[in-house]
Amino acid sequence: MTRLWAVFRKDLAIELRTKDALNTMLFFGVVVLVVFHFALRSGDVDPRAAAPGVLWVAFAFAGTLGLNRMFAVEKENGCLEGLMMMPADRGVLYLGKMLAGTVFMLAAEAVIFVASLVFFNLTVWGELPWLGLVFLLGTLGFTAVGTLLAAIAVNTRMREVLLPVILFPVILPVLIHAVEATALILGGAGPGELKLPVAVLAAFTVVFGTIAFLLFEHVLED
Amino acid sequence: MIEVRGLAKYYGRQGALHGLDLAIAPGDFIALFGRNGAGKSTFLRILAGLARPSAGSCRIAPAPGGRDSAARTRGRIGYLSHHTSLYPDLTALENLRFSARMMGVRGDDGFLAGRIGAVGLAGREREPVRAYSRGMQQRLAIARAFLHDPDLLLLDEPFTGLDQAGADFLERYLLEARAAGRTCVMALHDAETGYRLANRLVVIDRGKAALDARPAALPLDAFRARYAAILSAPAGGGAR
Repeated sequence: MTRLWAVFRKDLAIELRTKDALNTMLFFGVVVLVVFHFALRSGDVDPRAAAPGVLWVAFAFAGTLGLNRMFAVEKENGCLEGLMMMPADRGVLYLGKMLAGTVFMLAAEAVIFVASLVFFNLTVWGELPWLGLVFLLGTLGFTAVGTLLAAIAVNTRMREVLLPVILFPVILPVLIHAVEATALILGGAGPGELKLPVAVLAAFTVVFGTIAFLLFEHVLED
Repeated sequence: MIEVRGLAKYYGRQGALHGLDLAIAPGDFIALFGRNGAGKSTFLRILAGLARPSAGSCRIAPAPGGRDSAARTRGRIGYLSHHTSLYPDLTALENLRFSARMMGVRGDDGFLAGRIGAVGLAGREREPVRAYSRGMQQRLAIARAFLHDPDLLLLDEPFTGLDQAGADFLERYLLEARAAGRTCVMALHDAETGYRLANRLVVIDRGKAALDARPAALPLDAFRARYAAILSAPAGGGAR
Protein backbone atom coordinates (compact mmCIF):
# COMPACT_ATOMS: atom_id res chain seq x y z
CA MET A 1 0.00 0.00 0.00
CA THR A 2 2.90 2.35 0.81
CA ARG A 3 4.35 1.74 -2.65
CA LEU A 4 1.01 2.27 -4.37
CA TRP A 5 0.69 5.64 -2.65
CA ALA A 6 4.31 6.46 -3.47
CA VAL A 7 3.67 5.96 -7.21
CA PHE A 8 0.44 7.97 -7.00
CA ARG A 9 2.01 10.83 -5.03
CA LYS A 10 5.00 10.94 -7.35
CA ASP A 11 2.75 11.25 -10.44
CA LEU A 12 0.64 13.85 -8.65
CA ALA A 13 3.72 15.88 -7.64
CA ILE A 14 5.05 15.87 -11.22
CA GLU A 15 1.66 16.87 -12.62
CA LEU A 16 1.11 19.65 -10.09
CA ARG A 17 4.53 21.02 -11.00
CA THR A 18 4.28 20.77 -14.80
CA LYS A 19 0.50 20.64 -15.40
CA ASP A 20 1.37 19.09 -18.78
CA ALA A 21 -1.35 16.43 -18.78
CA LEU A 22 -4.12 18.54 -17.25
CA ASN A 23 -3.56 21.52 -19.56
CA THR A 24 -3.59 19.29 -22.63
CA MET A 25 -6.67 17.38 -21.46
CA LEU A 26 -8.62 20.53 -20.63
CA PHE A 27 -7.69 22.31 -23.83
CA PHE A 28 -8.70 19.35 -25.96
CA GLY A 29 -11.90 18.67 -24.00
CA VAL A 30 -13.10 22.26 -24.25
CA VAL A 31 -12.28 22.41 -27.97
CA VAL A 32 -14.47 19.33 -28.50
CA LEU A 33 -17.34 21.06 -26.66
CA VAL A 34 -16.95 24.22 -28.74
CA VAL A 35 -16.95 22.29 -32.03
CA PHE A 36 -20.05 20.28 -31.11
CA HIS A 37 -21.78 23.36 -29.73
CA PHE A 38 -21.56 25.13 -33.08
CA ALA A 39 -22.30 21.98 -35.08
CA LEU A 40 -25.48 21.24 -33.10
CA ARG A 41 -26.67 24.84 -32.98
CA SER A 42 -27.23 24.89 -36.71
CA GLY A 43 -29.13 21.55 -36.85
CA ASP A 44 -32.31 20.02 -35.52
CA VAL A 45 -30.65 18.01 -32.72
CA ASP A 46 -31.65 18.87 -29.16
CA PRO A 47 -28.36 19.83 -27.45
CA ARG A 48 -29.57 18.19 -24.22
CA ALA A 49 -29.99 14.87 -26.02
CA ALA A 50 -26.58 15.21 -27.66
CA ALA A 51 -24.76 16.25 -24.47
CA PRO A 52 -24.05 12.71 -23.13
CA GLY A 53 -22.34 11.62 -26.35
CA VAL A 54 -20.41 14.85 -26.69
CA LEU A 55 -19.31 14.72 -23.07
CA TRP A 56 -17.97 11.18 -23.32
CA VAL A 57 -16.21 11.91 -26.60
CA ALA A 58 -14.47 14.82 -24.84
CA PHE A 59 -13.70 12.67 -21.75
CA ALA A 60 -12.35 9.78 -23.81
CA PHE A 61 -10.06 11.87 -26.01
CA ALA A 62 -8.87 13.95 -23.07
CA GLY A 63 -8.27 10.75 -21.07
CA THR A 64 -6.22 9.24 -23.89
CA LEU A 65 -4.00 12.32 -23.95
CA GLY A 66 -3.63 12.16 -20.17
CA LEU A 67 -2.61 8.48 -20.17
CA ASN A 68 -0.13 9.06 -22.97
CA ARG A 69 1.45 11.93 -21.05
CA MET A 70 1.55 9.95 -17.80
CA PHE A 71 3.66 7.24 -19.45
CA ALA A 72 5.72 9.65 -21.57
CA VAL A 73 7.07 11.00 -18.25
CA GLU A 74 8.26 7.48 -17.42
CA LYS A 75 10.13 7.14 -20.73
CA GLU A 76 12.23 10.26 -20.18
CA ASN A 77 15.60 9.32 -18.62
CA GLY A 78 14.51 5.65 -18.58
CA CYS A 79 12.36 6.15 -15.49
CA LEU A 80 10.14 3.21 -16.42
CA GLU A 81 13.20 0.98 -16.19
CA GLY A 82 13.94 2.39 -12.72
CA LEU A 83 10.34 1.80 -11.70
CA MET A 84 10.51 -1.79 -12.94
CA MET A 85 13.60 -2.38 -10.81
CA MET A 86 11.78 -1.47 -7.60
CA PRO A 87 11.24 -4.39 -5.24
CA ALA A 88 7.48 -4.13 -5.55
CA ASP A 89 4.91 -6.35 -7.21
CA ARG A 90 4.55 -4.75 -10.63
CA GLY A 91 0.78 -4.97 -10.22
CA VAL A 92 1.21 -2.32 -7.52
CA LEU A 93 2.82 -0.04 -10.11
CA TYR A 94 -0.26 -0.59 -12.28
CA LEU A 95 -2.62 0.33 -9.44
CA GLY A 96 -0.63 3.46 -8.56
CA LYS A 97 -0.59 4.61 -12.20
CA MET A 98 -4.27 3.75 -12.62
CA LEU A 99 -5.18 5.74 -9.52
CA ALA A 100 -3.19 8.75 -10.74
CA GLY A 101 -4.75 8.48 -14.21
CA THR A 102 -8.23 8.30 -12.67
CA VAL A 103 -7.66 11.39 -10.52
CA PHE A 104 -6.25 13.42 -13.46
CA MET A 105 -9.12 12.34 -15.68
CA LEU A 106 -11.79 13.12 -13.06
CA ALA A 107 -10.26 16.56 -12.49
CA ALA A 108 -10.37 17.27 -16.23
CA GLU A 109 -13.90 15.85 -16.47
CA ALA A 110 -15.11 18.17 -13.71
CA VAL A 111 -13.96 21.24 -15.64
CA ILE A 112 -15.20 19.92 -19.01
CA PHE A 113 -18.56 19.07 -17.43
CA VAL A 114 -18.97 22.56 -15.95
CA ALA A 115 -18.13 24.04 -19.35
CA SER A 116 -20.71 21.74 -20.96
CA LEU A 117 -23.42 23.13 -18.67
CA VAL A 118 -22.80 26.50 -20.26
CA PHE A 119 -22.49 25.26 -23.84
CA PHE A 120 -25.57 23.00 -23.67
CA ASN A 121 -27.58 25.18 -21.30
CA LEU A 122 -28.12 22.34 -18.81
CA THR A 123 -29.40 22.48 -15.23
CA VAL A 124 -28.46 19.32 -13.36
CA TRP A 125 -28.32 20.04 -9.61
CA GLY A 126 -30.65 17.15 -8.69
CA GLU A 127 -28.86 14.69 -10.96
CA LEU A 128 -25.32 15.50 -9.81
CA PRO A 129 -24.86 12.50 -7.45
CA TRP A 130 -25.91 10.02 -10.15
CA LEU A 131 -23.85 11.77 -12.79
CA GLY A 132 -20.90 11.67 -10.41
CA LEU A 133 -21.32 7.92 -9.96
CA VAL A 134 -21.49 7.28 -13.70
CA PHE A 135 -18.49 9.53 -14.38
CA LEU A 136 -16.51 7.71 -11.68
CA LEU A 137 -17.38 4.21 -12.92
CA GLY A 138 -16.86 5.14 -16.58
CA THR A 139 -13.50 6.70 -15.76
CA LEU A 140 -12.39 3.70 -13.71
CA GLY A 141 -13.31 1.38 -16.60
CA PHE A 142 -11.41 3.64 -18.97
CA THR A 143 -8.25 3.84 -16.87
CA ALA A 144 -8.37 0.15 -15.89
CA VAL A 145 -7.78 -0.78 -19.54
CA GLY A 146 -6.06 2.45 -20.58
CA THR A 147 -3.23 2.14 -18.04
CA LEU A 148 -2.29 -1.31 -19.33
CA LEU A 149 -2.51 -0.33 -22.99
CA ALA A 150 -0.62 2.92 -22.43
CA ALA A 151 2.21 0.87 -20.88
CA ILE A 152 2.26 -1.27 -24.04
CA ALA A 153 2.07 1.72 -26.39
CA VAL A 154 4.84 3.70 -24.67
CA ASN A 155 7.38 1.00 -25.55
CA THR A 156 6.62 1.22 -29.26
CA ARG A 157 7.75 3.65 -31.93
CA MET A 158 4.17 4.76 -32.61
CA ARG A 159 3.39 5.64 -28.95
CA GLU A 160 0.83 8.48 -29.09
CA VAL A 161 -0.74 7.16 -32.29
CA LEU A 162 -1.00 3.58 -31.12
CA LEU A 163 -2.85 4.12 -27.83
CA PRO A 164 -6.20 5.31 -29.24
CA VAL A 165 -6.06 2.65 -31.95
CA ILE A 166 -5.80 -0.21 -29.44
CA LEU A 167 -7.75 1.45 -26.61
CA PHE A 168 -11.02 2.56 -28.19
CA PRO A 169 -12.15 -0.84 -29.52
CA VAL A 170 -11.63 -2.37 -26.06
CA ILE A 171 -13.39 0.36 -24.10
CA LEU A 172 -16.34 0.59 -26.46
CA PRO A 173 -18.64 -1.17 -23.92
CA VAL A 174 -17.63 1.42 -21.29
CA LEU A 175 -18.33 4.34 -23.59
CA ILE A 176 -21.66 2.94 -24.80
CA HIS A 177 -22.96 2.26 -21.29
CA ALA A 178 -21.58 5.49 -19.87
CA VAL A 179 -23.31 7.48 -22.64
CA GLU A 180 -26.51 5.51 -22.08
CA ALA A 181 -26.44 6.05 -18.31
CA THR A 182 -25.68 9.77 -18.71
CA ALA A 183 -28.56 10.13 -21.20
CA LEU A 184 -30.93 8.34 -18.82
CA ILE A 185 -29.95 10.65 -15.95
CA LEU A 186 -30.30 13.81 -18.04
CA GLY A 187 -33.63 12.46 -19.35
CA GLY A 188 -34.96 12.22 -15.80
CA ALA A 189 -34.91 8.40 -15.48
CA GLY A 190 -35.09 6.83 -12.02
CA PRO A 191 -32.41 4.73 -10.29
CA GLY A 192 -34.10 1.51 -11.42
CA GLU A 193 -33.39 2.23 -15.07
CA LEU A 194 -29.74 2.95 -14.30
CA LYS A 195 -29.12 -0.48 -12.81
CA LEU A 196 -28.05 -2.21 -16.03
CA PRO A 197 -25.57 0.36 -17.42
CA VAL A 198 -24.10 0.98 -13.94
CA ALA A 199 -23.73 -2.77 -13.34
CA VAL A 200 -22.00 -3.20 -16.73
CA LEU A 201 -19.60 -0.34 -15.96
CA ALA A 202 -18.77 -1.80 -12.54
CA ALA A 203 -18.35 -5.34 -13.90
CA PHE A 204 -16.13 -4.12 -16.76
CA THR A 205 -13.89 -2.26 -14.31
CA VAL A 206 -13.53 -5.28 -12.01
CA VAL A 207 -12.95 -7.85 -14.78
CA PHE A 208 -10.59 -5.80 -16.96
CA GLY A 209 -8.90 -4.23 -13.94
CA THR A 210 -8.06 -7.71 -12.61
CA ILE A 211 -6.79 -8.89 -16.01
CA ALA A 212 -4.69 -5.74 -16.43
CA PHE A 213 -3.28 -6.08 -12.88
CA LEU A 214 -2.13 -9.63 -13.66
CA LEU A 215 -0.76 -8.81 -17.13
CA PHE A 216 1.05 -5.58 -16.27
CA GLU A 217 4.31 -7.31 -15.29
CA HIS A 218 4.50 -9.10 -18.64
CA VAL A 219 3.87 -6.06 -20.83
CA LEU A 220 6.68 -4.13 -19.17
CA GLU A 221 9.48 -6.61 -19.94
CA ASP A 222 11.27 -6.75 -23.33
CA MET B 1 25.00 -16.92 -6.82
CA ILE B 2 24.07 -16.53 -10.50
CA GLU B 3 23.93 -19.33 -13.03
CA VAL B 4 23.61 -18.46 -16.69
CA ARG B 5 23.11 -21.31 -19.16
CA GLY B 6 22.76 -21.11 -22.92
CA LEU B 7 21.45 -17.57 -22.66
CA ALA B 8 20.21 -16.17 -25.97
CA LYS B 9 18.33 -13.03 -26.82
CA TYR B 10 16.97 -12.07 -30.23
CA TYR B 11 15.32 -8.86 -31.30
CA GLY B 12 13.43 -10.01 -34.36
CA ARG B 13 16.04 -11.80 -36.49
CA GLN B 14 18.93 -9.90 -34.91
CA GLY B 15 20.69 -11.66 -32.08
CA ALA B 16 22.33 -9.97 -29.09
CA LEU B 17 23.32 -13.10 -27.16
CA HIS B 18 23.94 -16.58 -28.61
CA GLY B 19 24.16 -19.18 -25.87
CA LEU B 20 26.11 -17.43 -23.13
CA ASP B 21 27.24 -19.65 -20.23
CA LEU B 22 28.55 -18.07 -17.04
CA ALA B 23 28.60 -19.02 -13.37
CA ILE B 24 28.99 -16.09 -11.01
CA ALA B 25 29.97 -16.84 -7.42
CA PRO B 26 29.25 -14.58 -4.44
CA GLY B 27 32.01 -11.97 -4.22
CA ASP B 28 32.80 -12.11 -7.94
CA PHE B 29 33.48 -8.59 -9.14
CA ILE B 30 33.25 -8.90 -12.89
CA ALA B 31 34.40 -6.36 -15.44
CA LEU B 32 32.48 -7.16 -18.60
CA PHE B 33 34.07 -6.10 -21.85
CA GLY B 34 33.15 -6.35 -25.49
CA ARG B 35 32.68 -4.32 -28.64
CA ASN B 36 29.57 -2.18 -29.14
CA GLY B 37 26.62 -4.49 -29.74
CA ALA B 38 28.36 -7.49 -28.19
CA GLY B 39 25.40 -8.07 -25.86
CA LYS B 40 26.74 -6.60 -22.58
CA SER B 41 23.76 -4.34 -21.91
CA THR B 42 21.33 -7.05 -22.96
CA PHE B 43 22.99 -9.46 -20.55
CA LEU B 44 22.71 -6.94 -17.70
CA ARG B 45 19.05 -6.26 -18.55
CA ILE B 46 18.26 -9.97 -18.42
CA LEU B 47 20.12 -10.33 -15.10
CA ALA B 48 18.12 -7.37 -13.75
CA GLY B 49 14.84 -8.94 -14.84
CA LEU B 50 14.09 -6.16 -17.32
CA ALA B 51 14.22 -8.43 -20.36
CA ARG B 52 13.20 -12.03 -20.91
CA PRO B 53 15.71 -14.36 -22.57
CA SER B 54 14.72 -15.85 -25.93
CA ALA B 55 16.40 -19.12 -24.91
CA GLY B 56 18.43 -20.49 -22.03
CA SER B 57 18.15 -19.58 -18.39
CA CYS B 58 19.48 -17.11 -15.88
CA ARG B 59 18.97 -17.97 -12.22
CA ILE B 60 19.86 -15.81 -9.24
CA ALA B 61 20.10 -17.88 -6.07
CA PRO B 62 17.82 -16.81 -3.22
CA ALA B 63 19.26 -14.88 -0.30
CA PRO B 64 20.52 -17.14 2.51
CA GLY B 65 17.66 -18.47 4.61
CA GLY B 66 14.76 -17.98 2.27
CA ARG B 67 13.02 -18.22 -1.05
CA ASP B 68 13.02 -15.06 -3.10
CA SER B 69 10.14 -13.75 -5.13
CA ALA B 70 10.96 -11.74 -8.24
CA ALA B 71 10.25 -8.56 -6.27
CA ARG B 72 12.56 -9.60 -3.41
CA THR B 73 15.31 -10.46 -5.86
CA ARG B 74 15.00 -6.98 -7.37
CA GLY B 75 15.40 -5.62 -3.84
CA ARG B 76 18.88 -7.20 -3.69
CA ILE B 77 19.98 -5.62 -6.97
CA GLY B 78 21.45 -2.17 -7.53
CA TYR B 79 21.08 -1.49 -11.25
CA LEU B 80 22.67 1.45 -13.02
CA SER B 81 21.92 1.61 -16.73
CA HIS B 82 22.72 4.05 -19.56
CA HIS B 83 19.74 6.04 -18.33
CA THR B 84 19.68 7.83 -15.01
CA SER B 85 16.07 6.80 -14.19
CA LEU B 86 15.61 10.19 -12.51
CA TYR B 87 12.45 12.29 -12.85
CA PRO B 88 13.67 15.62 -14.26
CA ASP B 89 10.77 17.63 -12.81
CA LEU B 90 11.40 16.42 -9.25
CA THR B 91 14.23 17.65 -7.05
CA ALA B 92 17.13 15.39 -6.12
CA LEU B 93 15.63 14.93 -2.65
CA GLU B 94 12.18 14.10 -4.05
CA ASN B 95 13.71 11.57 -6.43
CA LEU B 96 15.53 9.80 -3.60
CA ARG B 97 12.50 10.07 -1.30
CA PHE B 98 10.39 8.28 -3.92
CA SER B 99 13.03 5.61 -4.48
CA ALA B 100 13.45 5.10 -0.72
CA ARG B 101 9.70 4.55 -0.29
CA MET B 102 9.62 2.11 -3.19
CA MET B 103 12.72 0.24 -1.97
CA GLY B 104 11.46 0.10 1.60
CA VAL B 105 14.48 2.09 2.84
CA ARG B 106 13.81 3.73 6.19
CA GLY B 107 15.40 7.13 6.37
CA ASP B 108 14.37 10.72 6.83
CA ASP B 109 15.33 13.65 4.63
CA GLY B 110 18.54 14.06 6.66
CA PHE B 111 19.60 10.54 5.75
CA LEU B 112 18.75 11.11 2.08
CA ALA B 113 20.55 14.47 2.05
CA GLY B 114 23.58 12.63 3.44
CA ARG B 115 23.48 10.20 0.52
CA ILE B 116 23.20 13.10 -1.91
CA GLY B 117 26.12 14.82 -0.16
CA ALA B 118 28.18 11.62 -0.39
CA VAL B 119 28.14 11.81 -4.20
CA GLY B 120 29.27 15.43 -4.10
CA LEU B 121 25.92 17.17 -4.52
CA ALA B 122 25.59 18.70 -1.03
CA GLY B 123 23.59 21.92 -1.12
CA ARG B 124 21.91 21.01 -4.44
CA GLU B 125 19.27 18.67 -2.94
CA ARG B 126 16.33 20.95 -3.59
CA GLU B 127 17.11 21.75 -7.21
CA PRO B 128 15.12 20.02 -9.94
CA VAL B 129 17.12 17.33 -11.66
CA ARG B 130 16.38 19.03 -15.00
CA ALA B 131 18.80 21.79 -13.91
CA TYR B 132 21.64 19.28 -13.31
CA SER B 133 24.42 18.63 -15.81
CA ARG B 134 24.80 15.08 -17.21
CA GLY B 135 27.62 14.36 -14.78
CA MET B 136 25.61 15.59 -11.79
CA GLN B 137 22.68 13.45 -12.89
CA GLN B 138 24.98 10.44 -13.12
CA ARG B 139 26.19 11.09 -9.55
CA LEU B 140 22.60 11.23 -8.33
CA ALA B 141 21.77 8.10 -10.32
CA ILE B 142 24.60 6.34 -8.45
CA ALA B 143 23.21 7.51 -5.09
CA ARG B 144 19.78 6.25 -6.15
CA ALA B 145 20.99 2.86 -7.41
CA PHE B 146 22.94 2.16 -4.19
CA LEU B 147 20.38 3.66 -1.79
CA HIS B 148 19.30 0.27 -0.42
CA ASP B 149 22.86 -1.09 -0.09
CA PRO B 150 22.29 -3.92 -2.58
CA ASP B 151 24.39 -7.08 -2.47
CA LEU B 152 24.37 -7.49 -6.27
CA LEU B 153 25.51 -4.55 -8.40
CA LEU B 154 24.69 -4.48 -12.10
CA LEU B 155 26.38 -1.50 -13.69
CA ASP B 156 26.24 -0.53 -17.35
CA GLU B 157 29.12 1.85 -18.13
CA PRO B 158 28.83 3.54 -14.73
CA PHE B 159 31.61 6.07 -15.35
CA THR B 160 29.71 7.74 -18.21
CA GLY B 161 29.58 11.52 -17.80
CA LEU B 162 31.46 11.61 -14.50
CA ASP B 163 34.21 14.17 -13.92
CA GLN B 164 37.41 13.15 -12.12
CA ALA B 165 35.95 13.71 -8.63
CA GLY B 166 32.83 11.70 -9.50
CA ALA B 167 34.90 8.90 -11.02
CA ASP B 168 37.12 8.84 -7.91
CA PHE B 169 34.04 8.57 -5.67
CA LEU B 170 32.59 5.73 -7.73
CA GLU B 171 35.91 3.90 -7.81
CA ARG B 172 36.25 4.19 -4.01
CA TYR B 173 32.69 2.95 -3.56
CA LEU B 174 33.26 -0.02 -5.86
CA LEU B 175 36.53 -0.97 -4.18
CA GLU B 176 34.78 -0.87 -0.78
CA ALA B 177 31.95 -2.99 -2.18
CA ARG B 178 34.46 -5.50 -3.52
CA ALA B 179 36.26 -5.61 -0.18
CA ALA B 180 32.91 -6.17 1.54
CA GLY B 181 32.37 -9.25 -0.62
CA ARG B 182 29.53 -7.90 -2.72
CA THR B 183 28.93 -9.27 -6.18
CA CYS B 184 29.12 -7.04 -9.22
CA VAL B 185 28.80 -7.30 -12.98
CA MET B 186 30.01 -4.09 -14.58
CA ALA B 187 30.06 -3.41 -18.32
CA LEU B 188 32.75 -0.97 -19.46
CA HIS B 189 35.21 -0.28 -22.24
CA ASP B 190 38.26 1.02 -20.40
CA ALA B 191 40.54 -1.99 -19.88
CA GLU B 192 42.70 -0.33 -17.18
CA THR B 193 39.76 0.73 -15.02
CA GLY B 194 38.10 -2.66 -15.30
CA TYR B 195 41.35 -4.45 -14.55
CA ARG B 196 41.92 -2.27 -11.47
CA LEU B 197 38.43 -2.71 -10.04
CA ALA B 198 37.51 -6.29 -10.88
CA ASN B 199 38.61 -9.67 -9.61
CA ARG B 200 37.32 -11.36 -12.75
CA LEU B 201 37.53 -10.26 -16.39
CA VAL B 202 35.00 -11.44 -18.96
CA VAL B 203 34.94 -10.48 -22.63
CA ILE B 204 31.76 -11.14 -24.58
CA ASP B 205 32.06 -11.56 -28.30
CA ARG B 206 29.40 -12.70 -30.76
CA GLY B 207 27.02 -13.22 -27.87
CA LYS B 208 29.29 -15.66 -25.98
CA ALA B 209 32.05 -15.43 -23.39
CA ALA B 210 35.27 -15.23 -25.43
CA LEU B 211 37.54 -14.69 -22.42
CA ASP B 212 37.04 -15.41 -18.73
CA ALA B 213 40.09 -14.86 -16.51
CA ARG B 214 41.24 -13.61 -13.11
CA PRO B 215 43.55 -10.57 -13.05
CA ALA B 216 45.83 -12.49 -10.71
CA ALA B 217 46.45 -15.02 -13.48
CA LEU B 218 46.58 -12.56 -16.36
CA PRO B 219 48.86 -9.49 -16.30
CA LEU B 220 47.35 -6.26 -17.59
CA ASP B 221 49.47 -6.23 -20.76
CA ALA B 222 48.52 -9.79 -21.61
CA PHE B 223 44.86 -9.01 -20.98
CA ARG B 224 45.10 -5.91 -23.19
CA ALA B 225 46.64 -7.94 -25.99
CA ARG B 226 44.03 -10.68 -25.83
CA TYR B 227 41.19 -8.16 -25.60
CA ALA B 228 42.57 -6.26 -28.60
CA ALA B 229 42.83 -9.52 -30.55
CA ILE B 230 39.19 -10.30 -29.84
CA LEU B 231 38.13 -6.81 -30.88
CA SER B 232 40.14 -6.91 -34.07
CA ALA B 233 38.52 -10.15 -35.25
CA PRO B 234 35.61 -9.72 -37.69
CA ALA B 235 32.40 -8.98 -35.76
CA GLY B 236 30.42 -11.66 -37.58
CA GLY B 237 26.69 -11.72 -38.24
CA GLY B 238 24.35 -11.43 -35.32
CA ALA B 239 21.37 -12.87 -37.14
CA ARG B 240 19.43 -15.82 -35.78
